[in-house]
Amino acid sequence: MSCSRRDLLKKAMCGAVAASLPLTMFRFLSPAQAQAAVAGSGKVRWGFLVDTRKCVGCGFCVKACKMENEVPYDAPVTRTWVERYVVTRDGKTHIDSPLGGRDGFVSQKVGEETIPPEEITKAFFVPKLCNQCDNPACVQVCPVGATFQTNDGVVLIDRTWCIGCGYCIMACPYGVRFFHPIYKVAEKCTFCYHRISKGMVTACVQACPFGARRIGNLKDPNDPVTRAIMTERVAVLKDEYGTKPQVFYIGLDSNVR
Amino acid sequence: MKNHVLRPLWVAIAFVALIFLVRHFMVPKDFGIHGRNFTYGFYRLGAIDDWKAIPVKYRGMAGCGECHEDKVAEHQKGPHHIIQCENCHGPALAHPDKPETLPIDRDRGLCLRCHAGLPYPTSQRANLPAIDPDKHNPGAPCVECHNPHNPEM
Repeated sequence: MSCSRRDLLKKAMCGAVAASLPLTMFRFLSPAQAQAAVAGSGKVRWGFLVDTRKCVGCGFCVKACKMENEVPYDAPVTRTWVERYVVTRDGKTHIDSPLGGRDGFVSQKVGEETIPPEEITKAFFVPKLCNQCDNPACVQVCPVGATFQTNDGVVLIDRTWCIGCGYCIMACPYGVRFFHPIYKVAEKCTFCYHRISKGMVTACVQACPFGARRIGNLKDPNDPVTRAIMTERVAVLKDEYGTKPQVFYIGLDSNVR
Repeated sequence: MKNHVLRPLWVAIAFVALIFLVRHFMVPKDFGIHGRNFTYGFYRLGAIDDWKAIPVKYRGMAGCGECHEDKVAEHQKGPHHIIQCENCHGPALAHPDKPETLPIDRDRGLCLRCHAGLPYPTSQRANLPAIDPDKHNPGAPCVECHNPHNPEM
C-alpha cells in the first residue's frame, strides 16, 4: 500500500476533526427537549420575596419550619433563621441570631453585649433561607448526583443517595446547608416542596403574621410576588458569586452579608 | 500470544465487567439526566416524589375554623387576626384524629416574641405594643390578664 505525504496529512487532519466531534452532535432533539435544555421546562419557577422592613423578629417562621420539616428542635441546626442587625453610632454592626431566632428576640442584649438605646442608629431583622439559586454551587460539587435542581427551580437532596461527604455544605456561599443529625445526610430548605406542590405556601410564609415572607411563581407575570419583584427595588444576597439567587429582599442593607 | 500475557488481561476484563454488573443492579433505573443538564439535573427521579410524600403538619387557620368557629370568629375581630392558630397551639398534624387534643401553651415567651420591647427605631418592631419583660409582672403568664385571641376584649 502506498501513501503520499499529502494523503497522509489529509487523512490525519480528517481523523483529528472527526475525533474532536462529540457524538451528541448527531442526536436530534425535539423542539420541546431543546426548549427545556435552554430555558428550563415547565410553567413554574419558584421564587421568594422577603420584606425586611416588615419583619419584627418574632421567629414564628423558624419554629414552624423546624416542626413542619422535622428538623431536630433543640439541635443547633435550622433550615431558615432570622438575624438581628444593630448598627451603632460608632459605625459598628452588632449581629446575632440566638437559636436561629427560633424563640424570637426578647432581649436587648446582642450576643453578650448590652447596647444603650441612644447609641443605636438603625436596627432590623433579616430572615434567611435557601436562595434556590439558578446556578447552585452546592449542586455542582456533589460527587454522586444526590442533590439536584428540579424543573421548577428548587434544589433538593436525595436522602437515599447522599453519602454525607459535606462538599455541598462547604460550597454554599450562604451557609444554608447543614448535616442532618438524624438522617446523617446533607439537609437544606426545600421551599416546603411537599406543600408548594400541593398548592399551599411554605410553613414559614404561612406562619409569618406580618407578610414579611412571600413565595410565588416567577414565570407567572400576574403572580403578586413576581409583580412585586419586577416593580419594587429588590436586591439579592452575595450577587457577586454569580449563583443567581432567587430569594429577593426588599430593604436590604449593605451591612447584611 | 503467550498465556502469561493474556491471563492478566482476562482478569482485567472480568473486573471491568464486574463493575458494570454491580452498577447495573445498584443504580436505580430512574437515575439519569432529568433537569436542564448534567451539572444541575443528574439525579434519581423518584427523589422528587419522596419529598412530595412528606405529610403536611401546619394546616392553616381555615381548617381550625371548621370546628372551632367561635374561637376563630373572636380571633378574627382583634389585632391578632394576622397570627395563625398553629403559631401558638402547635402544628395541627392529623388533629382531631391524631392527636385528639392540641396542647395549650400558656408560656409568656409566646407573647414576648413580639411584645418584648426593643428600642429599634427603624424596625417595625418599634411600632408594636411593648413591655419590659423584667419589669412588667415578671414570671406571670400573660394570659392571666390578657385574652390572647383578642387582646382588646
